[in-house]
Amino acid sequence: MIALIDYKKGNLRSVERGLAACGAEVVVSDEPEDIARAEALVLPGVGAFTDAMATLEETGQADAIRQAVAAGTPFLGICLGMHLMFEAGEEHAVNDPTPGLGLIPGVVGRLPREDGQGARYKIPHVGWNQVEAADDGLFKDIPHGSFFYFTHTFAVPDTEFTCGRTTHSVTFPSAVRRGDAFGVQFHPEKSSDAGMRLLQNFVDLVREG
Amino acid sequence: MLAKRVIPCLDVKDGRVVKGVNFVGLRDAGDPIALAERYDAERADEVIFLDITATSDDRGTVVDLASHASERLHLPFTVGGGFRSAADIRSMIAAGADKVSINSAAVKDPALITEAAHAFGTQAILVAIDAKRIPGGVDRWEVYTAGGRNATGLDAVAWAQEAARRGAGEILLTSMDRDGSREGFDCALTRAVARAVDIPVIASGGVGKLEHFAQGILEGEADAVLAASVFHFGELTIRQVKEDMARHGIPVRM
Repeated sequence: MIALIDYKKGNLRSVERGLAACGAEVVVSDEPEDIARAEALVLPGVGAFTDAMATLEETGQADAIRQAVAAGTPFLGICLGMHLMFEAGEEHAVNDPTPGLGLIPGVVGRLPREDGQGARYKIPHVGWNQVEAADDGLFKDIPHGSFFYFTHTFAVPDTEFTCGRTTHSVTFPSAVRRGDAFGVQFHPEKSSDAGMRLLQNFVDLVREG
Repeated sequence: MLAKRVIPCLDVKDGRVVKGVNFVGLRDAGDPIALAERYDAERADEVIFLDITATSDDRGTVVDLASHASERLHLPFTVGGGFRSAADIRSMIAAGADKVSINSAAVKDPALITEAAHAFGTQAILVAIDAKRIPGGVDRWEVYTAGGRNATGLDAVAWAQEAARRGAGEILLTSMDRDGSREGFDCALTRAVARAVDIPVIASGGVGKLEHFAQGILEGEADAVLAASVFHFGELTIRQVKEDMARHGIPVRM
């Protein structure tokens, strides 16, 4: 069973449908107990880091996720869910970042509006952009440079756990992997056939244990 | 590289797709979900459902539409029309909409933009602006609300900047002069707004020919181009439009 973690902020139905279409048994839950007993966790994402983290901490979901991931439960964070994997996020306060789940070190920051040459870019980064991925698990059978749908203002820092990159104003990590904990900046559930393939790959990884 | 987006817009009334010509004289162009699925298969980059009935008593119909759309589509979609409060927005996002588009409600209460952006993230909040050129030969446009019925006295460029400052994630900019005219986007309007804000601008209103899409991007400097009837009635396909844009050197997702 894959627990799709509900923290009352966003849009779970498309992710739920996508995973179910890949043959997964999905339970949408806001119960820490379901997180503890799940074979895998998916943390989707719409909304604000600070709000989301406050809810996850209040409900006990945050600790349940930390424990499950530490015990090796496969995890997929999507968009905000990917941001929440990191140590902290500065969505509402640059000088006083909100602590995140802390699965990966580093602070989530705002995408710059300018590139190195001073050209201006539209932020949020909205639309279809290409991912150069170096992970043959989550990105198995997905051609390099495939387009995925993005919509975000913040991006995670580059770490040794980056496994996919995308370029807008700057090149930023669009996929991360630490053990069996994955995060993607784009929305696979909104990314047509490439996105469905990625969800299928995650479901297959879970199934293969 | 970020692709420029092609977005079919489905104006929905009583659960059916319609398209106004200068906001009057509605024609029926079919079932919204079936049409959106067709665009999904044709590799539209997203779709927008605009509820043009938008009276308070039929909100349930639109929420149901969002819910069905989220079950059947594998691309992002926006629902616009008739939002009055953060609670309305919440129910639409909970039903599965990726984004909401707010227009009159944002003009009436600009704090709603901020409130919604804080709750759902800026990327979930589109501010739709219906703008009409102010006569007199200067490049200025006035904002209208209530489906083009009410003049607000607001300058379109200034209002777009305020919306962006308050947390809008994108501007959906419709030229009322061009809407339904088939003469192409008002590129002067689009460019004025696109240059004034740092958030993406979706150009809307006026597409009649293939080359209008590339014009919206190249001359209007839009990040995305929206059209309705040319797609609904099968005059142009998404692929034709993207191929033409690619010929003009515009990055697109084929």
